[in-house]
Amino acid sequence: MSESTDLLVRGGTVVDSVGTSMRDVAVRNGVIVEPDALSEPHVVDATGCIVSTGLVDMHAHLGEPGDEAAETMRSAGHAAVLGGFTTVLAMPDTHPAVDSAAVVDHVRSIGSSALCHVEVAGAITLQRSGKHLAPLGELAAAGVRYVTDAGFGLQNPLLMRRALEYCRPLGLTVGQPADLRALSAHGHMHEGEWSSRLGLGGAPAEAEEIMVMRDVSLARLTGATLHFQTLSSAGSLAIVGAAARAGVEVSAEVAAHHLLLTDSDLVSYDTNRKVWPPLRSSADVAAAQTAVESGVIDAIVSDHTPHTTDRKERAFDEAEHGTVGLETALAVALTAGISVSSALRALSWRPAELLGLGDPTTRSLSAGATADIVVFDPDLAITSKASEMATLGTNSAYEGIELTGAVRATIVAGRLVVEEGKVVA
Amino acid sequence: MNHLLSIDDLTAADIREILRITPSFAEVAERRISKVPALRGQTVALLFYEDSTRTRLSFEVAAKRLSADTLNVSVSTSSVNKGESLRDTAETIEAMGIDAVVVRHRSSGVPMQLTKWVDAAVINAGDGWHQHPTQALLDCFTLEQQLGDLTGRNIVIVGDIRHSRVARSDVGAFTRLGAEVTLVAPPTLLPAAPDTWPVRIETNLDRALQRADAVCLLRMQRERQHEALVPDLREYATLYGLTAQRAAALGPDVPILHPGPMNRGVEIAADVPDLDQVLVVDQVRNGVAVRMAVLFLLLGSGAAGMPAPALVDDVETEDAR
Repeated sequence: MSESTDLLVRGGTVVDSVGTSMRDVAVRNGVIVEPDALSEPHVVDATGCIVSTGLVDMHAHLGEPGDEAAETMRSAGHAAVLGGFTTVLAMPDTHPAVDSAAVVDHVRSIGSSALCHVEVAGAITLQRSGKHLAPLGELAAAGVRYVTDAGFGLQNPLLMRRALEYCRPLGLTVGQPADLRALSAHGHMHEGEWSSRLGLGGAPAEAEEIMVMRDVSLARLTGATLHFQTLSSAGSLAIVGAAARAGVEVSAEVAAHHLLLTDSDLVSYDTNRKVWPPLRSSADVAAAQTAVESGVIDAIVSDHTPHTTDRKERAFDEAEHGTVGLETALAVALTAGISVSSALRALSWRPAELLGLGDPTTRSLSAGATADIVVFDPDLAITSKASEMATLGTNSAYEGIELTGAVRATIVAGRLVVEEGKVVA
Repeated sequence: MNHLLSIDDLTAADIREILRITPSFAEVAERRISKVPALRGQTVALLFYEDSTRTRLSFEVAAKRLSADTLNVSVSTSSVNKGESLRDTAETIEAMGIDAVVVRHRSSGVPMQLTKWVDAAVINAGDGWHQHPTQALLDCFTLEQQLGDLTGRNIVIVGDIRHSRVARSDVGAFTRLGAEVTLVAPPTLLPAAPDTWPVRIETNLDRALQRADAVCLLRMQRERQHEALVPDLREYATLYGLTAQRAAALGPDVPILHPGPMNRGVEIAADVPDLDQVLVVDQVRNGVAVRMAVLFLLLGSGAAGMPAPALVDDVETEDAR
């Protein structure tokens, strides 16, 4: 379907950052228009569905360049739009790492093969080695707004301070996976009753919390914009909440799987549920759900990490970390009991704001806004199967689990790319 | 019972049944022809990813005394092979048409993972820090030979509990049989969340030994001192080793178990293993009988629900030839 086809999303309930209303949404030439402006539009049936601004994933590993056996921009883009994401922030842990303007340009150009918008995150340090700062000014000039060493939290406190100071005037947000590796070393899962029972090395929640505490202090010291990636422990969320109340401007995300799965779900040593940070206790999961509802957590992310089977069909302690998640993030959040409006705030409005996408008014489906739209049935339950996913990654933590909430249609810049739950582009 | 992966999969009744039929298998070893045809025509693969001569030999002898064919699959433990596909290995073995896989692996969970890819019965011969169920069964059998019913007995387990599959298995087996278990270790060598284990925790060995009915020692790996888990092995031996004085204080009637191999001078003082109450040799002997019982229950007529006493007839038939 070409971009110039007029679209009418009919019969749904619009929930956007402005409010909730029963109305139709009309699209012409990539933007939202008044419905009476259309003559013979293609009708997208949204009966019984929620219609909202397209989802924004600020944390996904897309494989390309360098790991095309596990994922390509094209397959990741299909997965993204099937999950209702219209924009995805590509993490810089590619091969080569995104540590120069040349690589930014390359990733952006291959990103155009994806059905969704692809934003590019840069690395903080050269080759994500945690040793020397990458040319951050060059990255910013190339249009990068967010830098992270993705998967490797900056361990050295002096280097972290320097990175925060240097990034501040460049308008770069620093993304930090909070993990004090000297303390979490030899951990393959959350340290607690289940690691004890399963005989697996544990990583204590404190390894995350100490790093969050340190970096809140450094954010206060430097006045920089700091974003915590994939927080997983109740203690971390309490620290971030207290920092916000004290006026320290930090933001935080949680991965969808940390809203639903716990360490006890590793009882059969399913390596597809081996993720980092690890699945934590049920108390941590409950705290994460509460933090999303209260707004302490700004964003829910997929932390989509595709792998080929050989990296997962290994002993648990030798298997790679990560689960695919683009196609399931919204359903996982809803299945975890997150309300529709909180889920949309954390999966669309707030991450768009944090990434500086467009102007704030585009987070509503009002006339003149870019037509990035998701249509989903919040009550439709589907049993999740990795073999039916569009991602090339085979590692789904949700195999055989019934998830409630299904994306029915996705429109990217006015182009209908998913209809009736299938890619149509 | 399709597999034996963990003591935690067994009920007290399951354990008692295995221990009940074990003597009839122990008896086989005493016979002139120490072999019964219970598993004739069946093949048991011994898949050892980690060196363990004594456990592998024990299973091999057990299988052979039941007339099973055995297949030794030695998998290189070199670091180059780290991260090999478990599924590839499992499917290779499966293609050979085997009836049971006895697996030892340095990583916790591998026996359970293998059950996804093989139809054969999987027997855990030790996985990482997780479980070593036949060790726990033979420890129970050995202790019952000395103490009778373990109900209400206080069994002290001393040493590197955190990294010990033997401790995890023993705790599950002993407590199922009604014993009270006390773990003794420096906090660095206790498991995470010890309060979730059905045990008493004690950090002072002398105090724990005062009311011990039996003592299980664990092997102390030399690497632990390099991981800052203990300052050094000399201090460890002083605080947590079974010294000659501690053994004397126990008295001669308290059985002492060790899964082997022993580090003389570390968890057990040099001359203590020679005391009569140290049952290492009994453990090895009983290990074969217990493993025969397990193989029989998983693969033999026991698997079809036939009562074990039928086996005794088997023994006599074979012997009479």
